[in-house]
Formats: sequence, structure tokens, C-alpha cells
Amino acid sequence: MTDPAAPLLRLDGVRKDFGKTRVLRGVTLDVAERTVVSVIGASGSGKSTLLRCINLLEPVTDGQIFLDGEDISDPRVNADAVRRKIGIVFQSFNLFPHMSVLANVTLALRRVSRLPKGEAEERGTALLRRIGLESKAKAYPDRLSGGQQQRVAIVRAIASDPKLLLLDEITSALDPRLVGEVLDLVRELRGADTTIIMATHEMPFARDVSDSIVFLSDGVIEEQGPPEQIFGEPRSEKTRGFLAGF
Amino acid sequence: MSRDAARLSATETERRAYRKKQSVRSVFVSCASLAAFSFAVYITLSRSEGWTRVRNTFFDPHYFADSLPSVFHGLLTNLRVLFFAVLGVAALGTLIAVTRTTVSPVLFPLRALATVYTDIFRGMPMIIVLYLIGFGIPGLRIFGRIDATLLGTIAVILVYSAYVAEVIRAGIEAVHPSQRAAARSLGLTHSQTVRIIVLPQAVRKVVPALMNDFVAMQKDVGLVSVLGAIDAVRSAQIAVAKSYNFTPYVAAGLMFILMSLPFIHLTDWYAARLKRREQAGGAV
Ligand SMILES: Nc1ncnc2c1ncn2[C@@H]1O[C@H](COP(=O)(O)OP(=O)(O)O)[C@@H](O)[C@H]1O
Ligand SMILES: [Mg+2]
Repeated sequence: MTDPAAPLLRLDGVRKDFGKTRVLRGVTLDVAERTVVSVIGASGSGKSTLLRCINLLEPVTDGQIFLDGEDISDPRVNADAVRRKIGIVFQSFNLFPHMSVLANVTLALRRVSRLPKGEAEERGTALLRRIGLESKAKAYPDRLSGGQQQRVAIVRAIASDPKLLLLDEITSALDPRLVGEVLDLVRELRGADTTIIMATHEMPFARDVSDSIVFLSDGVIEEQGPPEQIFGEPRSEKTRGFLAGF
Repeated sequence: MSRDAARLSATETERRAYRKKQSVRSVFVSCASLAAFSFAVYITLSRSEGWTRVRNTFFDPHYFADSLPSVFHGLLTNLRVLFFAVLGVAALGTLIAVTRTTVSPVLFPLRALATVYTDIFRGMPMIIVLYLIGFGIPGLRIFGRIDATLLGTIAVILVYSAYVAEVIRAGIEAVHPSQRAAARSLGLTHSQTVRIIVLPQAVRKVVPALMNDFVAMQKDVGLVSVLGAIDAVRSAQIAVAKSYNFTPYVAAGLMFILMSLPFIHLTDWYAARLKRREQAGGAV
């Protein structure tokens, strides 16, 4: 916590089994503050599981996860407090259908940070303005396009300024013509110094915005490096094989 | 409207005329069949041997008017029972439903208790529950004298909570787990997630079934009369005992129907709205 060079997030030998299925078999990774890390890998390679473990939505089978130097995989830590510091955006948006767009965005501010309603709505409205959806504040999520819903989900996740933002294939469920607007927003967040870990299949985008690429295969990190190296001269045969499919 | 009509093609004008002709015909057919049915009922009744006697014992205007004030006064008791029972059922039913949908192993004993509860109270006839509560609790001699209306209300709450809990449980299970994940990832606690995210969506999904249970409850509150509470049914019974004429029962029955009508129509209206919304969603 005191060492400025210490990574924001450190995974140390993280394992995750679902019954007999061994999904993560020892993932070790450092993520420095204000960097963007893209996790790539075949479908079913464990990208979502990794992000869900970081966010404590799934307990790890073994290994440790440190956020800001604190071991958050320890059962004694307050998981709710940890999740407040980590935002996540899902492939399927998961907006709350019974709440207006603004209520979705301000929920954590109102119920977790306990800001007064007026202040929360002011911040929520500012966030919606930023993504050009201020006019939809009172609308319900089912009135929005997929791209609009996903952008709302992103600002909902960053509303209470998390230290770390996890993006789980956030464009995979979108109509191709709606992908651009969502990726533009992520690019903007990168400029705003947010630390991001994203699972993605958008290779050109990953190459463009990431500081580091992690290739996940068979539950372990097969190869990791800067985008130019991973995409330009992958060292592993498996990485080469995977990237050849794009 | 007329300007739009002016722009209609000949084909559409012809189609509209056809549809109109069809619907006029349908209205005529249904009116005719209703008239025929009423006539048949009238003939059957008036020609049956005992009709005069039945009419005099069940539909006597004099006894009807006579019993009306006391039956209506009794209905106020039913309304009071209904009011408190709805509150009790909402609270207890939700609590049981939430308990049954927990997954934590440490809560297993509570889950088992909730399951046993719903099994018992859905299986037992309402009247037996009423007897057990109405005569069993006073028999314990812990609380002193308890008002029959209160005991009846408790019995109604116990039985209907079991039904409502099962309906709400179905609603909770229909809320996708990703909604919980999204809520928890924002830092909401487990109980906040249940209250703010899961229950509101669950209840919306089962509103028609809940309304149905409410309508059933509306008439079952008449059963508190078996414990001696002076409600509409009991008042009618007293009037019948005095006159040996059954018209007061018909009066009480009519009042229960009148009491339920607004709500039944609200239910229909809501179901229609839901259907419209779903169809609108499907068209997008
Ligand atoms: N809750 C779960 N229960 C059992 N198996 C799971 C669960 N979640 C994920 N898995 C399995 O873990 C593997 C990795 O899944 P996932 O992390 O979703 O991969 P990815 O996101 O890379 O496509 C898959 O084989 C999947 O079937
Ligand atoms: Mg995935």
C-alpha cells in the first residue's frame, strides 16, 4: 500500500475449479496502476472466470489476490467493501430492467456510497451527458439500443470511481455497427487514467489500447507481453495458432 | 382522421368495410345467443315445480332489505380481516420465499423449516387450520381471552402466506443470476441486493398469480365466521336463524361479489396491459 512501485493488482497462483473442471490452474499476474491489460484466449479458456474471481464474485480454489497490497482472497476481508473498489461490465450489460437509466447509474452512489439523492443524480446526469445519453435518463433500459445499454453499464460501473475496471467481452453481444461507440468510450477511459483489465476478442482494439496482452490457454498464462510483441512476434506456438484464427 | 382516410387506397377502404360488416355480424350473433340462453334458463326455472318455494326462501325482497344493514356491518369485519391479513401475508410470504431461495449451507435449518411450513399449510384444508388456531391457541391459556376475529386473521395469514411464498419463490427463481452478480459487483450487500434488485423484479413477474391469491383470500375471510366472529356470513346466519328464510345468505354472497369486483377488474386491466407491453416489446 505504501510502495508506489507495487502493482495495483497482483494475482499469485490463482486456481479455480468448478467441481472436477479445473478452469484456472495457477494464474500469476501483476497489473500496474493506470495500465490497460487485455486478456485474450479461446472461448472457455477462463477469461470470465478470472475476472469474476478478481471481483470476488467467485471464491478462488487456491492462490491469492492482492489489491493495493491487501489480500482480498482472505475470507476475513469485507467482500462488499472490496467490490466497491472494483467495477465490472458484463457481456450481457445486466442493467436493472426495473430502474430508469439514471437510477441504474446512481444506484451505487445512493445505496453504497450513501450520497444525498441530489448529489448522486447530479453526478449520474454528468456521466450520462458524457456519453450523450442525458436525454435517456428517465427511460428504462429496454428502450435503449444494445450499444447505448452497454455504455450506460460502463458509466454505472465507474460512477463511484473504482480503482480497477474489469470489462468482460463487452462488445460480444453487440450488433457490429454498435461496437464502435462502446470501444470509443473505453478508449476515453484509458485517457482518464483508469486501470482496466479487459477480456476481449477485438484484437485490433486490444492492440491499440493495451499496455500489456495476456494470452490465457488451458487455465494458465501461456504468454504475456506488450501488444507489438504478442501480435508481431508471438513466442509461443499456441499463441501463434490462436492469433492465426483472426 | 378524415384527411388520412382520404389518402387510403381503394383496397384498404374495401378491407375496412369488410371488417366492419364482419364485426356487426358478430355482435348480432352474440346478442342473439345471449337472448336465447336467458330465455331457456327462464323457461326451465319457471316451469320447475319447486321454483316458487325456492324463490320465496332465497330471493325474498323483504328479508333481503331487512338483513342488509347487519350483513353490511358484518362485512366491515371481513374488510378489516382482509386488510390485516394482506399486510401479514405480504410480510410472512416474502420472508418465507426469501428463506427458501437462500443457498448458504449454514442456513439449511431455516430453509428446511420454511419448506415444512409451506408443505403443511398448503396441504391442510383452511377450515381445519381455523379450528386448530381458533380453538387451540385459546386452549393454551397463555394469552387470556383472544378475539375470534384476531384468531381468524392469524389463520388466514398462516395459510395464505404458504401459497404466496411459493408464488414469490417462483418469481425470485425467474430473476436471472446475472442480476445478482451485477448488484453485488456494485458493492451492494446481500440483503440490499434481495430488497432492491431481486424482489422488485420477482414480484413484477408474478403479479397475476398474486392477484389471483388475493381474490381467493377475499372470499376466504368469510370463513372467520366459524370461530364466531360476527362478520357478514355470521350476521346472515343470525338473521336466517330468526326468520328461517335463506335470503340473508344471498345478500351476504352478493356483498362478497361486490367487494371483489373492483379488484377482479383491476386484475383484468393489468393482465391486458402486460400483454400489450409484451407485444410491443415483441414488435421492436
Ligand atoms: N459457474 C460455473 N460452473 C461450472 N463451470 C463453469 C462455471 N463458470 C464457468 N465454467 C466453466 O469454466 C470454463 C471457463 O469459462 P469462462 O471463464 O466463461 O471462459 P471464457 O470467458 O474464456 O469464455 C468453461 O469450461 C465453463 O464451462
Ligand atoms: Mg467469457
